[in-house]
Amino acid sequence: MRADPRSARWAWLIVAGLSVLIVAFAVGCGSDDSTSTEASSDSAPTELGAGEGEVNLVAWAGYVEDGSTDPKVDWVSDFEKETGCKVNVKIGNTSDEMVQLMRTGQYDAVSASGDATLRLIDGGDAAPVNTDLIPNYADVFDSLKDQPFNTVDGVNYGVPHGRGANLLMWNPDAVKTAPDSWDVVFDPAKAGEQSGSVTAYDNPIYIADAAVYLMTHEPDLGITNPYELDDEQFNAAIDLLKQQREHIGEYWSDYTKQISAFANGDTTVGTTWQVIANLLEADGEKVETTLPVEGSTGWSDTWMVSSEAKNPNCAYLWLDHIISPQANADVAEWFGEAPSNQESCALTADKNHCDIYHAADEEYFDQIAYWTTPVADCGDDRGDVCKTYDEWVQGWTEVKG
Amino acid sequence: MGRRLADLFHGRPRLQVGSLLAGPVGWLVIGYLGSLAVLLVASFWTLGELSGEVQQDFTLDNYEQIITEPVYRSIAGRTVLIAALVTLTDILLALPLAFYMAKVATPRVRGMLVVAVLMPLWSAYLVKVYAWRAILSQDGALNWVLQPFGVEGPGYGNVAVWIVMSYIWLPYMVIPIYAGLDRLPNSLLSASEDLGARPGHTFRRVILPLIFPAIVAGSIFTFSLTLGDYIAPQLVSSTQFIGSVVYANITNNLPLAAAFATVPIMIMVVYLLIARRLGAFEHV
Repeated sequence: MRADPRSARWAWLIVAGLSVLIVAFAVGCGSDDSTSTEASSDSAPTELGAGEGEVNLVAWAGYVEDGSTDPKVDWVSDFEKETGCKVNVKIGNTSDEMVQLMRTGQYDAVSASGDATLRLIDGGDAAPVNTDLIPNYADVFDSLKDQPFNTVDGVNYGVPHGRGANLLMWNPDAVKTAPDSWDVVFDPAKAGEQSGSVTAYDNPIYIADAAVYLMTHEPDLGITNPYELDDEQFNAAIDLLKQQREHIGEYWSDYTKQISAFANGDTTVGTTWQVIANLLEADGEKVETTLPVEGSTGWSDTWMVSSEAKNPNCAYLWLDHIISPQANADVAEWFGEAPSNQESCALTADKNHCDIYHAADEEYFDQIAYWTTPVADCGDDRGDVCKTYDEWVQGWTEVKG
Repeated sequence: MGRRLADLFHGRPRLQVGSLLAGPVGWLVIGYLGSLAVLLVASFWTLGELSGEVQQDFTLDNYEQIITEPVYRSIAGRTVLIAALVTLTDILLALPLAFYMAKVATPRVRGMLVVAVLMPLWSAYLVKVYAWRAILSQDGALNWVLQPFGVEGPGYGNVAVWIVMSYIWLPYMVIPIYAGLDRLPNSLLSASEDLGARPGHTFRRVILPLIFPAIVAGSIFTFSLTLGDYIAPQLVSSTQFIGSVVYANITNNLPLAAAFATVPIMIMVVYLLIARRLGAFEHV
């Protein structure tokens, strides 16, 4: 049936009109949470209601274990039984991923590292936390309370999960002499011996690791805070990383990737988390770890509550549970970090755990530069000349080439 | 109710056609083209100096950055080069296979080959890439096979990405070429032989021009899919592709990510225009 030009025009008008209607209808009735600007909570609740029946968490791998990885590793099942809050966890592989996930507003709580916390607070994605509603907060180490990366203007935005350091890991069959310094991955001569099998964390925050190395090996640069770098310091760190690039076999961002790389022999030395070394040893691989003499970067993670949490009461119950003595001891042992609850040290399976991880050793943690978000304000008399996180991202793009 | 609707549509062909097309066209125009337009607009924005929040002021800074800074140029160049290599590789691999399937194989074998070519598409993309990660690793299958000859495999890197991408997109090249060859009448090949042409000559002068549209159709898949990929490069190499940079920047610096994301779009527009010029869309 051939249409004449007039009716063809009409047909297209009807198509356009109906399509606008249909799509407008779909968008309007669809996700009402993400498009509407509902008033997200700017203030912490004053009292807790009943649990909502479930809680949606974003967490680092190994933080929320329910027995599915290892039947003996489970601090979720008893929480679910006691509170009736079913736990759904989404693993975030990097801080960037966690920030993105929390921005969707579909999760209730997140275990955020310092390089994510400030972004979440500034972006309005994290709500203030009323620590009076969390009984176990009283037993947290004082040195972990009210830290600059999770407390803004005296308002708490979460509770500390624990803290740990990024360690140097090596394969003793490939690296014959046990290293005690980061120069085995940064110094051109030493890294050259393992050229093609060095690894580094694939994230802009790794620039801070280069800065920590330069703090000891190039003191003229005057780096005092590895996260607040001005032009000269930043460029020096970038140059160091570009030099390192020549010897890198593979960068890792996914912990399973580093596990397979060490197990296959693709990587023999580089930065790691203790939990990765634990998992490799559990699989029968030979690896060793150490905290090098220059110190290291590390993390002190904070459990935060989303400003758009649909299950805020269960979220608070989870926060209280994860920093309770037994649960905090369990997760600290499994992940390989120092617990945040002082009472946990008596409850770890390995009685030396807290000593090994320096849980009460403030001098040790003075050597660790916790992940935090680089901001323009250097925090000292240099003013606002420091590189911001998006400049770190661009610098990292340049390093990887 | 149904009666009244039927009455409404009766004798009004424009209304019938219009209503049928409304949904898909609406999705295409508003959902797809609309979101591309939003992306384009975001690329002209910038980040606040101190706050790091997106500010909606018009600026060409992002485009200036991706054009002037050498790292972005080299990343784009590398991505296009690997996409072209993958496309060429897949054409070379697909042609003999598709020719065998279309012209030589018995119907039973043809059926089995079609299933065999399509079966990898049933498994998830990540599963295939991780499988290749295991094959290409230091202690992996490839090195094990090459060991008696004293050579080592490529390991992780650009070559690994090339191999993995060629493998993953191969079915998308085989099927269009197979369809094109299937439509080629066998009588043409016999006629060519009768006129004295040797097989190579027949291939160049008879077969290739006729299946050219099919080859281009397949190449659009392999080229564009490789251009946008960022997962395989991350898993089997440490190199950065266009997609890797977009992914890294999308949380913190949306305008820069958007600006860089327009690069593959423009490359594909040029590619499609060239393909159209060469007659690829005449009769596929």
